Amino acid sequence: MGSFARKFQKFIELFQGSSADAYISEILTGLQNTAKIAVVGLLIGIVIGTLIATVRVLPKYKKLPKVLNGICSVYVGFFRGTPMVVQLLLFYFVALPLMGVNIPSVTVACIVFGMNSGAYISEIMRSGILSVDPGQMEGGRAMGLSFGTTMIKIVIPQAVKNILPTLGNEFITLVKETSIVSFIGATDLYVAFRKIGTATYEFMIPYLVMAVIYIVLVLVISLLVKLMERSLRKSDRGR
Amino acid sequence: MIEVVNLTKSFGDLQVLKGIDLTIEQGEKVVIIGPSGSGKSTLLRCLNCMEDPTSGQVLYHGVDLTDMKVDINEQRQNIGMVFQHFNLFNNMTVLDNITLAPVLTQKKKMRKLQRSSKKFGKTDAELKSSAQIKADAKENALKLLERIGLSDKADAYPSQLSGGQKQRVAIVRSLAMNPDVMLFDEPTSALDPEMVGEVLDVMKDLATSGMTMVVVTHEMGFAREVGDRVLFMDDGKILEQGTPDAVFNHPKNSRLQEFLSKVL
Ligand SMILES: Nc1ncnc2c1ncn2[C@@H]1O[C@H](COP(=O)(O)OP(=O)(O)OP(=O)(O)O)[C@@H](O)[C@H]1O
Ligand SMILES: [Mg+2]
Repeated sequence: MGSFARKFQKFIELFQGSSADAYISEILTGLQNTAKIAVVGLLIGIVIGTLIATVRVLPKYKKLPKVLNGICSVYVGFFRGTPMVVQLLLFYFVALPLMGVNIPSVTVACIVFGMNSGAYISEIMRSGILSVDPGQMEGGRAMGLSFGTTMIKIVIPQAVKNILPTLGNEFITLVKETSIVSFIGATDLYVAFRKIGTATYEFMIPYLVMAVIYIVLVLVISLLVKLMERSLRKSDRGR
Repeated sequence: MIEVVNLTKSFGDLQVLKGIDLTIEQGEKVVIIGPSGSGKSTLLRCLNCMEDPTSGQVLYHGVDLTDMKVDINEQRQNIGMVFQHFNLFNNMTVLDNITLAPVLTQKKKMRKLQRSSKKFGKTDAELKSSAQIKADAKENALKLLERIGLSDKADAYPSQLSGGQKQRVAIVRSLAMNPDVMLFDEPTSALDPEMVGEVLDVMKDLATSGMTMVVVTHEMGFAREVGDRVLFMDDGKILEQGTPDAVFNHPKNSRLQEFLSKVL
């Protein structure tokens, strides 16, 4: 126990020393990147997921939906069937060099996280859309609104409400998964705390603090999702 | 106004409509009766192509709605439909339910007008701003709500309304598009008995105003009172039709006689 206290002391001292600012800014950068990748990833994921889910609930009697369906199946199969680290590495070290483009690693992480979560969200969204009473679509179509308009204005808002808790979980997963972006050289919380550990030859406290930060993040997000759910439920009960 | 020519509809192997011919005149009130499963809803839903007919034609003002080249959404804007289960948009207030489609379709029309006036350099039609469109739609919606005595529910959500109120809102939601025909599929069947009257009153009111109406119903009293013509359907065919008096008091078809002895 005494050694734990000593280690903690050392960790605190680090933040009083001359290079404290550098460490703090490193942690903040990590935190910022985690937030950025998770949020942007989720937004891209929602867009891709909604598009795929919409294709999947399209009436099947025409040719185009069949082709689109095939494409979506391959997409979802790939992103759900391989680890995200692999997708990240493939994209950063294979796809981009082959295309001859150079994009900052954080941006790459945003894109890959978005494409990955799009595959998962498509399944969530599909079940959300199917949970909406088909009468809602009929009501819209009978008024002369197109399939797309009815989907956007009426069905998807109700679907989103139904799946909000699940979407919240997906966001939490994304936040936690950001700890892999160091594989392509982006700074995240792990990189920041590893640096601190390396500087002090002491990893116990830095990684413990890192874990606490992750837990706090997840708790805060859970709380926000709950609040959002409650305000959305207003249209059910009124008042 | 609506002409149905040799219409059939099958769901897989099950043939539900077996050759329907029907003409509906402007201002006519047609009531469809018949036993459960006889194809009444299916026929009604074919009239605005909510179900795609398997064969035959549905001509609306001479336009064949079954033609894939026809913009069905545009045609449906003139054909109101009221469902057994109301199908109000649950994520919107009563007011938004009523104004959604009018605002969207008006805006689309304005965009089209703008484009063509740019192309041809003339603006003979009045161009409305989107704020103006919204304001007009709202005013019209409030007027409609007043007509059915539900002005105080404008900001309520569907879940806060009784069944009868929902159905009345559903009716004026369709009316907000200024349709020239209204289709009703058992509009009172999902209602508690004490609410049937208020909905039928709105429909009678509508009938008096001269609206063309096609109504599938089990309310024989309404059929007698409002109907110009009553169609009896069984097994996917129209077996008998005529004035309410002829159908209810002097039925010729034996299955109609049997049906009436059960429901009257
Ligand atoms: N989408 C569908 N898929 C398969 N079968 C259907 C579908 N819609 C209707 N049917 C079948 O078609 C037949 C006629 O149905 P329809 O709803 O038109 O009858 P109805 O006369 O309106 O009856 P009810 O008075 O019970 O409403 C029924 O046997 C029904 O099971
Ligand atoms: Mg029916």
